[in-house]
Amino acid sequence: MTVDLTLLLTAATMVGVGTYMLLERSLTRVLIGLVMLSNGINLGFLVASGPAGDPPLLSRYDAATISDPLPQAFVLTAIVITLGTVSFILAMAYRSWQLTGADDVQDDVEDASIRRLAAADEASEGFDLGESRSPDDEDDEIPEELGRERETR
Amino acid sequence: MLAHLLAGALAPAFVRAWGARAFLALAVAPAAAFVWALVHAREAIEGTRIERMSWVPALGIDLTFTLGTLQWALTLVVAGIGALVLIYCAWYFGDDEPGLGALSGTLTAFAGAMLGLVWADNLLVLYVFWELTTVFSYLLIGHDPTKRSARSAGMQALIVTTFGGLAMLVGILLLRAETGTYSVLTLLAEPPSATTTVSVAVVLLLLGAVTKSALVPFHFWLPGAMAAPTPVSAYLHAAAMVKAGVFLVALLAPALAGIPGWREITLPLGVLTMLLGGWRALRQYDLKLLLAYGTVSQLGFLLTLVGIGTRSAALAGLAMVLAHALFKASLFLVVGVVDHQTGTRDLRKLSGLRRSMPVTAVAALLAGLSMAGLPPVLGFVGKESAYAAMLDVAQGGDGTGLPVFAGWLLLVGVVAGSALTVAYTARFLWGAFADKPDVEPTEVRPFGAGLAGAPVLLAGLGFVLAFLGTPMTAALEPYSTQFPLGAHDSYLALWHGLEPALALSAVSVVVGLLLFRFREGFASFQASVSPTASAERGYQASVRALDRLAVEVTGFTQRGSVGIYLAVILMVVVVLPGSALVARTSWSGTLVWWDTPFQLVLAVVTVVAAVLTARSRRRLRAIILLGVTGYVTAGLFMLHGAPDLAVTQVLVETVTIVIFVLVLRRLPEHFTDRPLARSRYWRMGIAVLVAASFAGFLLVAAGARVADPVSIGFPEAAVGFGGGKNIVNVTLVDIRAWDTFGEVAVLVVAATGVASLLFIDTRSAGIRRVHEIPYPENVQKVPTSAGRRVWLPGPRTLAPDRRSIIFEVVTRLIFHTVMLVSLYLLFAGHNNPGGGFAAGMVAGLALMVRYLAGGRYELDEAAPVDAGVVLGIGLFVAAASALAPMAFGGAVLQSAVIDLAVPVLGDIKLVTALFFDIGVFLIVFGLMLDLLRSLGAGIDRHIRREERELTETRSIPGAIT
Repeated sequence: MTVDLTLLLTAATMVGVGTYMLLERSLTRVLIGLVMLSNGINLGFLVASGPAGDPPLLSRYDAATISDPLPQAFVLTAIVITLGTVSFILAMAYRSWQLTGADDVQDDVEDASIRRLAAADEASEGFDLGESRSPDDEDDEIPEELGRERETR
Repeated sequence: MLAHLLAGALAPAFVRAWGARAFLALAVAPAAAFVWALVHAREAIEGTRIERMSWVPALGIDLTFTLGTLQWALTLVVAGIGALVLIYCAWYFGDDEPGLGALSGTLTAFAGAMLGLVWADNLLVLYVFWELTTVFSYLLIGHDPTKRSARSAGMQALIVTTFGGLAMLVGILLLRAETGTYSVLTLLAEPPSATTTVSVAVVLLLLGAVTKSALVPFHFWLPGAMAAPTPVSAYLHAAAMVKAGVFLVALLAPALAGIPGWREITLPLGVLTMLLGGWRALRQYDLKLLLAYGTVSQLGFLLTLVGIGTRSAALAGLAMVLAHALFKASLFLVVGVVDHQTGTRDLRKLSGLRRSMPVTAVAALLAGLSMAGLPPVLGFVGKESAYAAMLDVAQGGDGTGLPVFAGWLLLVGVVAGSALTVAYTARFLWGAFADKPDVEPTEVRPFGAGLAGAPVLLAGLGFVLAFLGTPMTAALEPYSTQFPLGAHDSYLALWHGLEPALALSAVSVVVGLLLFRFREGFASFQASVSPTASAERGYQASVRALDRLAVEVTGFTQRGSVGIYLAVILMVVVVLPGSALVARTSWSGTLVWWDTPFQLVLAVVTVVAAVLTARSRRRLRAIILLGVTGYVTAGLFMLHGAPDLAVTQVLVETVTIVIFVLVLRRLPEHFTDRPLARSRYWRMGIAVLVAASFAGFLLVAAGARVADPVSIGFPEAAVGFGGGKNIVNVTLVDIRAWDTFGEVAVLVVAATGVASLLFIDTRSAGIRRVHEIPYPENVQKVPTSAGRRVWLPGPRTLAPDRRSIIFEVVTRLIFHTVMLVSLYLLFAGHNNPGGGFAAGMVAGLALMVRYLAGGRYELDEAAPVDAGVVLGIGLFVAAASALAPMAFGGAVLQSAVIDLAVPVLGDIKLVTALFFDIGVFLIVFGLMLDLLRSLGAGIDRHIRREERELTETRSIPGAIT
């Protein structure tokens, strides 16, 4: 099968630039990267879908010379979905700017606190549930709460 | 059983209506089960009653419930004691007890689950009930969530028993793999042969039983579970939950006792548990904890007995199960009474209760005799038979194949355990009821028969049954005869004659009483040898270790930075599928530089624009360059022969740029300035690797394209079934319409997400028409001619410096044309480039033009509907057109071609897929409207609000600006 090298390299370049921008912190750049990546991948679909041909319109062209219509349907769907995704992330970037004054992606605070625990060799905050003062360990004394069970009524 | 679950569900309502007396109503359920079991006694003893329902046939799970002798006996225990405990609860709890509704419901449901466990024949069903009892008992132990000890005890019980339960599940599955059945009846009829797999299965099953019945080394959860209210303890830890393990062992012993691994686990663990429980019980001062450790000890004994797997031991074991249920429940309820009426359970503080509550004391005495194995009560009968059975095992193996020393060790262990039992029984009775010279007689509040009734009845029953040895033997024998005939024919009786077993009883009683007599000395001896390590600490250490591991793993993997996550994902893409590329050697394709030279021009433009985008520090420039790459991509689509894609790409690119600009007007002009970090080169490296892998994938994919594509039949199908000549469009709305449907649903979600991010609470702040809006400051209305209305009235709401006359004029000129084009695209799409997506976009762009020319009120004027309504209608139309063919006997999404003769326009071919496309159109239009309302009008409003706040602060004299 013939491969169109120009198309291939263009698609790969767009994917590369898209990836580079995707890894940045500013949500706007992430978003630009995402759009670029999507366009690159859409082009890639065409590369993999075989050689170029006539538009798949049977009213004007012969079925034998047209390009493969199925990947085109996929890509059409992908283009529109990208619009949905982009607008959603854009709204997120705007909201993030509204709340924090920047559209940068922040590091997760909870994750950072877990990393601190790990560095300090501590157990998690929910751990006390599994810990108990056992009757086993207290041979000489009735556990307070057990003994008081009835008195609380 | 169903009645239990129903009663359990209704319980909270009962409790609200009747307070604690609701327990009386709830007791009806187990009482009914008890009576039912009595009525069917003959049937259960003579044969096995089976009721079968199919449940999940594909997995071999059917709801078969059996009632054999063992099940019958257990039913009597579970239901009978359940009823009595519930009745007892009615007096034990006050109406104001917190959480009483939940407690009563859980307790009743627990009884139901326990019955289900006993009756189930299918091991998987048994497992389900098994875990149900675990969950209910967790709820019961943790009844008082405000107490930390209750919470942790509940959690501990849950973790330990669930751990065993899961092991048991694996055991069940293994057993099924080996024998091909889940049915206990089949297993009993055809015992599996002793293979390694079966042995492993047996060990896993026993792990379940051992954890549930609180055997060493899992015994620690049971005393902890004493955090539950006393009646619950009486039920769970005497009659029901802990008996589940014993029951499982007793149920499977006839089939599996001979398997290697069975006796090796049950017997040593049983005896060890018996000794350990007794030992610990002697060190308790809390009556309830004393009983709890006593239960641990007794459970060890029971499991030893039913685990041996000889005929006489089985009979003795079953008798002991009954006896234990009776005396232990009775004793627990007695403790409940004592606690309830005196306010303490500390045996150092109680004194003189023998005189102040004589009836209860007698009941406790009878139950205590039974526990210690003294005549004339049922405990003695059971223990006597147990000794006889074990003597047989010790003397000749009795068919078990146990070596002689093991048999004697077993016997000595059990006798020693019994001696400890006698000692702690004496301690209990003395502690609860005796007069202590140095302690003031305890004050006892008077109480009625309701509280004392249940323990008295249970203890009395143990006394009466002792004299009914012969009928009891007859009733229980069908179970024990499943085992081969033993050395002696055993039977239950108070008096067997002067046999060695009697001597053993005497030895254990005398030793036990001596231990009690010299209790101070023995206690100090115990204290001196008390081990520092305990299973409980082991449990805690392992839970802590698990938690630490989780923290470390989470800390290592959850770096909290999106960039790092993405980098990891991308590197996996490069390393795993990428390395496959390297390994691939042959490639069967031909490379050409370009299809048309013009492609090269476009490609160069794209690459340059892409690189510039990445380098750009200004947002707007980046967006415009991005747009360039987008439009050029559309050109490449066109050259490849994909006009539909090109049209859609151009439209989407335009919309993308506009919404970007709408948002970016609020964001800072430049990207956050960052020093050129080292991470930048990392990112570049990753990007290059990803791009290279991607190129490699494309090469391989294109090279692998040697077979006929799926779409080879599409042209024919498009015309034949879809009635359209634009194959891409027909693919979207017909051949692959399910995909499209999913996609438009995603669009609806995205639009809703955008709206909710911008408006937070509601979709929009209401639609306001232009005539409701006052003129801006400094603007006067200049009437032209009366009654004449202006098309495009929105701009008058804008401040004069924001208006653009040229834009307004252009808008007036092109809006209707654009809308017409949109309609054309919608209807022509089936045969020519176009379709719902493109049409929706074009219509959206027309709206956009009006919004840009006339502001947000003009947008409301152009589309005075809520975007959510449009989206909803669109989705509805698409769904309805997908389902409509079913009404005419077709398949979902099937198309039909209708020929219409319209007078003026001539023949029109109407394809029903058009309606689906109209749905798509509406959704895309709704999305556009939503985007304009949120990112356009919504942000406008935010800007306005800020400006107003700013002017207000300025206008307040003295305000700090």
